[in-house]
Amino acid sequence: MELLLDVEGLKKSFGGVAALRDGRFQLRAGTVHALCGGNGAGKSTFLRILMGIFSRDAGSIRRRGKEVEFANPADALASGIAIIEQELSPVPHMTVAENIYLGREPKARFGGIDFRAMNRSAQGLLDDLEFDIRATQYMMNLSVARMQLVEIAKALSHDAEVIFMDEPTSAIGEREAQHLFAAIRRLQAQGRGIVYVSHRLSEIFQIADSYTVFRDGAYVGSGALADIDRPGLIRMIVGRELSEEFAKTNTPTSEPGIEVAALTCPNKIEDISFSVHKGEIFGIYGLMGAGRTEIFNCLFGLDRPSAGSIKVDGTEVSIAKPADAMAHGLALVTEDRKLTGLNLADSVRANICMASLPEMSPAFAMDRAREADASRGMREKFQIKAARDTMPVSSLSGGNQQKVVLGKWFLRNPKVLLLDEPTRGVDVGAKREIYRIISDFAASGGTVVMISSEIDEVLGMSDRIMVMRAGKSAGTFSREETDAQSLVHLST
Amino acid sequence: MPSRSSIYQPEQGQGVRSMAEESVMSVGDNKNAKSGKNANGGKNANSWFGSEQRRLLIQEYGIFLAFLILVAVLSVSNEFFLTAGNISNVLLQTSINGVLAIGMTFVILTRGIDLSVGSVVALAGIVSASFVTSSATAGIAGAPYPVALGLGIGLLVGIACGAVSGVIVSRFSVPAFVATLGMLSAARGMTLIYGGGRPVPALTPAFRWIGTGNILGIPAPVVILAVVFAVSWWILNRTRFGRYIYAVGGNPHAARTSGINITRTQFAVYVISGGLAGLAGMLLSARTGSALPQAGIAYELDAIAAVVIGGTSLSGGVGRVTGTLIGALIIGVMNNGLDLMGIQSYYQQVLKGALIVGAVMLDQKRNYGA
Repeated sequence: MELLLDVEGLKKSFGGVAALRDGRFQLRAGTVHALCGGNGAGKSTFLRILMGIFSRDAGSIRRRGKEVEFANPADALASGIAIIEQELSPVPHMTVAENIYLGREPKARFGGIDFRAMNRSAQGLLDDLEFDIRATQYMMNLSVARMQLVEIAKALSHDAEVIFMDEPTSAIGEREAQHLFAAIRRLQAQGRGIVYVSHRLSEIFQIADSYTVFRDGAYVGSGALADIDRPGLIRMIVGRELSEEFAKTNTPTSEPGIEVAALTCPNKIEDISFSVHKGEIFGIYGLMGAGRTEIFNCLFGLDRPSAGSIKVDGTEVSIAKPADAMAHGLALVTEDRKLTGLNLADSVRANICMASLPEMSPAFAMDRAREADASRGMREKFQIKAARDTMPVSSLSGGNQQKVVLGKWFLRNPKVLLLDEPTRGVDVGAKREIYRIISDFAASGGTVVMISSEIDEVLGMSDRIMVMRAGKSAGTFSREETDAQSLVHLST
Repeated sequence: MPSRSSIYQPEQGQGVRSMAEESVMSVGDNKNAKSGKNANGGKNANSWFGSEQRRLLIQEYGIFLAFLILVAVLSVSNEFFLTAGNISNVLLQTSINGVLAIGMTFVILTRGIDLSVGSVVALAGIVSASFVTSSATAGIAGAPYPVALGLGIGLLVGIACGAVSGVIVSRFSVPAFVATLGMLSAARGMTLIYGGGRPVPALTPAFRWIGTGNILGIPAPVVILAVVFAVSWWILNRTRFGRYIYAVGGNPHAARTSGINITRTQFAVYVISGGLAGLAGMLLSARTGSALPQAGIAYELDAIAAVVIGGTSLSGGVGRVTGTLIGALIIGVMNNGLDLMGIQSYYQQVLKGALIVGAVMLDQKRNYGA
């Protein structure tokens, strides 16, 4: 059978550093193929070559048996290859339809744009995919999840035969992900080939039928997912045997760490109550927009609750701004490290010290030796891989960046750790390290509240789980008495 | 146009803000993607280290190199350029813009801008002059007062203007461009009202000394610039407040979640810029001997130019006060060199424009180019 895509020996270096040493890949029609690998495995470079953004140094790309050469993304699209990128690039002040048909708007008389035809075909496309989006809505009024769906519709509007999806679910919730999967299955039935790139193994096993693994810039292996199990795939990705995926060493005590009663913030969350003990990891599961992050915003003084009380160590506290929360021993690892966690323009050291400046330098002048010590300590503790801590934090991989955010907060010796999607966009190896850090913190008597949309993570790490639905709690369960199905069921 | 306005949703404000955030984010991502490809190779930390060091070296010293080349070219082409008298003259010419540009650096580092400094120069100049003039008609009752009082008043006027801009920007979230554009107009108007549109002449010699005096053979304004530079360098590089400025400019969201008081930090940088504008206003009037109501027009542009040439990013969080000082010197040296060569000031303006744009083009290429 003719292959939709057949790539062999793809090579690419940047200034003498090989990002891709041997990229191999074969895609059959009517399949969903998972492309797996840790951060730095060469997946992004591979995708960018196929998109026509980078030119290859060596190797061949055959499209339906014919050798092809892409000088730019338009060439790739013309040959039927579309890519949905991880970082979205919407034009906020245009409508959904205008975004989908950007650069190829249907023409009307006098060189104008036939808006009616454009809106109609865009709406048809969205309806076919069963995305609940109006084509005339402005992009800026959509949630990130919906923007992602529009981006998918846009790729499909090109009538591509090969569709790459780079972490398409990283910013969308379970229900939308299921919509996306349904759409993928329809495309598959039409005989198209879908390449699915994701760190989320459970998704890969759910949607894909074959896999290819890259490690350190080279092809490691491929095959049918039916012939491999989860630990086997992880072993290929990481390249070594790993212990238990979720290192869980903590045991909850009976002492309360943080108690939240009847927390309410109009139109966001309503009557949220829970108490987490010291040594406990408390998971919060729910869909995007279910009010999970809003709870943390209220706890950390980023938003003002209209009612409710918060107790830390059994004493009621009032929190009006982040500094208050920090003074009571709270720490918040936010959902999006690039947007709210890190100062990407600055160094690793400056980022690690960012939340502890008054404590480390009580005088007006900085205590530089102490900052260097603190930074070194955190880099050693969390094995942050950086040549020097004065280099920009933006040059680190996602996993190491996340460890810098954790380091920033651990420097404060927090009592309560609020984690919002602590492993988003982090590869399998770094995920484990982060799980170990969380677990160790709880085992040493810390209190952890963790938001996650990854069911395995919530079930694997939490002692108890609260499910959020539409701003309200849909119940709290111990890990033994619940499973993936009931969590998803309760959250929708 | 079909029903565009009918689907228009009145959440513009929010939309605009989130768009700005996104564009900021995408800039960060760009950088990230770029360095990511270097890091992709992973193991080869050494060659990565090399390119990183080279990049930093260019970033740190590229502007200094450009300055040295400019000086070298001018000293070869004109024998008068490298004389002690001319050097002192260039430094003197640079001192006022240098002081303004250093204040501007604080503001721009937090993603702001201060367009009002030129008008504040005039207002602080004329108010302080009215306390230290020996003219019977132009000053306030009882003038001339001791020089320290005049200086204090001038600084206070500048600080007050900066504080007003600062409150408007930090408390009321008015874009810095708009807030300080308002102050540009208002301060100029107040200058004209205060002086009745007339200059304040005949400043006391004691006051004039700060503009014309010498300390160990070095002109007083140059010494003042050096002190302002040293203190600013220390604040930005060696103090907690300096870290706050870089953090707020680099990522205000991250700064806020890290417990940094954004409002206070933003307020403070406008106060600093205003105070330094007040100081610059007094240097100007002290040098010329009288305070003019039209003093300082378009000074903000030269100050911004120095900051930009010095490599500070207008999107905040990145930049050095050393770069600003060299940027100001480049402008000063260029003006002086072109004067020496007998090139008309009209041409000088064209060249300065090319220099500003050219410097930023190079910067863009360095950061985002191939």
